[in-house]
Amino acid sequence: MQQTNTSPLLDVNGVTLQYKTKQHLVTATYRVDFEVYKSDRFVLLGPSGCGKSTLLKAVGGYMRPVEGDISLGGKRVTRPGPDRMMVFQEFDQLLPWKTVKHNVMFPLCASGKCAAKEAEERAMNYIEKVNLTKFANSYPHTLSGGMKQRVAIARGMAMEPDILLMDEPFAALDALTRRKMQEELLQLWEDTRFTVLFVTHSIPEAVMIGNRILLLSPHPGQVKAELNSCGKDEVNPDTGVKLSDRIHEMLFADQVEEEQEVIHG
Amino acid sequence: MAESPTRASEKMPMMRDEFIRQEIQANLDTVVQKPLTLWEKLYNITSLRKIAILVLLAVIWQVYSSHLNNPLLMPKFSSTVAALYDALFHGELFTQVGYSIRVLLMGYASGLALATVLVITAMTSRIGNDFLETLTSMFNPLPAIALLPLALIWFGLGNGSMVFVLIHSVLWSVALNTHSGFQSVSGTLRMVGRNYGLSGFRYIIKILIPAAFPSILTGLKIGWAFAWRTLIAAELVFGVSSGSGGLGWFIYENKNELNIAYVFAGLFTVIIIGLAVENLIFRNIEARTVRKWGMQQ
Repeated sequence: MQQTNTSPLLDVNGVTLQYKTKQHLVTATYRVDFEVYKSDRFVLLGPSGCGKSTLLKAVGGYMRPVEGDISLGGKRVTRPGPDRMMVFQEFDQLLPWKTVKHNVMFPLCASGKCAAKEAEERAMNYIEKVNLTKFANSYPHTLSGGMKQRVAIARGMAMEPDILLMDEPFAALDALTRRKMQEELLQLWEDTRFTVLFVTHSIPEAVMIGNRILLLSPHPGQVKAELNSCGKDEVNPDTGVKLSDRIHEMLFADQVEEEQEVIHG
Repeated sequence: MAESPTRASEKMPMMRDEFIRQEIQANLDTVVQKPLTLWEKLYNITSLRKIAILVLLAVIWQVYSSHLNNPLLMPKFSSTVAALYDALFHGELFTQVGYSIRVLLMGYASGLALATVLVITAMTSRIGNDFLETLTSMFNPLPAIALLPLALIWFGLGNGSMVFVLIHSVLWSVALNTHSGFQSVSGTLRMVGRNYGLSGFRYIIKILIPAAFPSILTGLKIGWAFAWRTLIAAELVFGVSSGSGGLGWFIYENKNELNIAYVFAGLFTVIIIGLAVENLIFRNIEARTVRKWGMQQ
């Protein structure tokens, strides 16, 4: 029993990811390792081009690693499946031909997880959690961007997946709505203690959302550091530096080096 | 040195006092919300506006033809309506229309079935995709009526030839639209569908078809219009030899007998059926699907 609690839920082991564009073969990440434990709020953070979204897609099963492997609960990830529900950045991720309620119900029914009646109850329960009960019978095109993202989160959570994968879900929102959604997400986590793998390029968001932050360096993405966060941007008593400043420095250091290389070169 | 403070103050925006309103005025002088007048309400009904246009056209027609007073060139609107009434209830227009629509539906349905097969092959394999693209670019510009002589040789004088040219006119436009609709389904929706664990046939039915529905519907509409046109043209040419008739044949025959009012009545029927299908069938489908889902304004 002790053993199962301490073994990781998601194990990413030496994963190299490559994709082809018309002209090039691009290496997105190079031998990345990390482990996500149950109820973690695990954040992948890095500048653009560090392969964090590609990494999330690989965990989602949309991409095969060319090297290394990804396993969820001891089983190797080979293709997309409802045990890893995704929340995307784009607002068009809801099915426009279904109402909010049916959007949340559909994966429950389609994956055969539960019967129609149970699915409806569960869907309404999660729609209530994201405060959209009034809009249960609305079509997605009548909702605002923030509401659409809430539906997408409710849809992901209603499936009660092993892990929820979120790909910059708040990046396309305005600052006020984003702040509110971050707080709501943390509140939801307090309620249900789900496991989430969260991709972002915003340092404050990473510090606020994550309990564990994986820092990736760009071109190709490699693990730079793994840090703990308590949600408040606290000053480290040993170094006297705020967490966000520490992260900023680690990500920024590269750029200074690069610029110097350019100058010297 | 003495000038610099004035210059700096010129560049700064003017200082103003802050203020906070303690009370917002309760009784406003202006209208917040008021019902529209009857005229505005009527004007908002699309079908009423369209009917008004039709009435206006009919009036112009009637006035012009009365002025011209030459029933051989331009019969009056009233005499066309009378001819239509006569042909419908005392003549054979009903049976002719029935005949035309039966052939049309046969051609349309088989065209759609073939288009489905083609698009599915195109969706599932790259060579199928190339096959569809090559065939549509070859045959889509080819007018169906140009195939009629060939159809007569291959299928003889019966319905076979008609259905053949109809299939040709429906197949390519429907296949082209449906296929481009499938290709333009957003990457996010595709990923969502696969995230649910859907694949193969269920993926196509549950995700791709609804997501591509606006294009599919456009394809169906264009296909219908092409089929209807081709049918009338084919009947005009071909009804002569087949003798079984149809609406095109009705028009042709009345022209030969110089019953111009009846020719107009025949054309009128074509228009009415076109309007009815567009406004009753396709508009209803649109209102219940793509408009309701916000995929089309």
